[in-house]
Amino acid sequence: MLELLGFLTLLLVGYLSGSWVEHRHFASIRRREMRLRQVRLIGIKRVPPEYSAWQPQLVAGSVVVSVDYFKRIAAGLRNFFGGRVAAYETLIERARREAMLRMRQQAADCGADLVFNPRLETAAISSGAGGQIGAVEVHVCGTALRAPPAGTAPG
Amino acid sequence: MSSKLIITNVETVPGKTIVKHLGMVSGNTVRSKHVGRDLMAGFKNVFGGELRGYTELLNESREEATARMRQQAAAIGANAVVNVRFSTSSVTVGAAELFVYGTAVVVQ
Repeated sequence: MLELLGFLTLLLVGYLSGSWVEHRHFASIRRREMRLRQVRLIGIKRVPPEYSAWQPQLVAGSVVVSVDYFKRIAAGLRNFFGGRVAAYETLIERARREAMLRMRQQAADCGADLVFNPRLETAAISSGAGGQIGAVEVHVCGTALRAPPAGTAPG
Repeated sequence: MSSKLIITNVETVPGKTIVKHLGMVSGNTVRSKHVGRDLMAGFKNVFGGELRGYTELLNESREEATARMRQQAAAIGANAVVNVRFSTSSVTVGAAELFVYGTAVVVQ
């Protein structure tokens, strides 16, 4: 009985705090995406010749986001019936958008407006603490290009 | 010297020509987290949210791996590393390997 009560409490706490954290995170992501919209990501491998005078620099961003208790149980149930695991879709979306924001912030900090060839990599972190940790890491890196100082002749 | 090394993850350095390919350079590091961080992560696993300790740990490890790659590239006389890729693999329970590799080149 006591165990069931503990489980239900964890479930409720996980649900409430998890959805609050997620709501706040999405709001913050949207806000920062608006602020950083001048930093454009360009998914091509070859830099066009018109940027030949620009200064390249590797920029990266990464984040580890953890699930909450409710999501883990919900995903476990979903595993039984099959189908979309919506709880994890939003988790990974948050992680991706956050990692890309951090990369764009880093580009903006060094004065770049363009990031070429962004590469996303996702890794599950679940082996720690005897398999108790359910989290996802997203890392993204790209080549930022900084405009040459004004007055320099192109080429 | 090594701070002037240009690192990109595209195939060339924009605006410069590669005059010599020196081969692949790489750097790695295997890191494990301490018990305190695992405890914190356990708490966060109930409430949800970012695991800052892990983010920092992985960032530090990537920086260290990159620094080793830079050293290697500088040692063979390169002035740039192109086509850089990162990769992560879990080696044992609780430890991860961060690996970074690219092609060392001389550009003009």
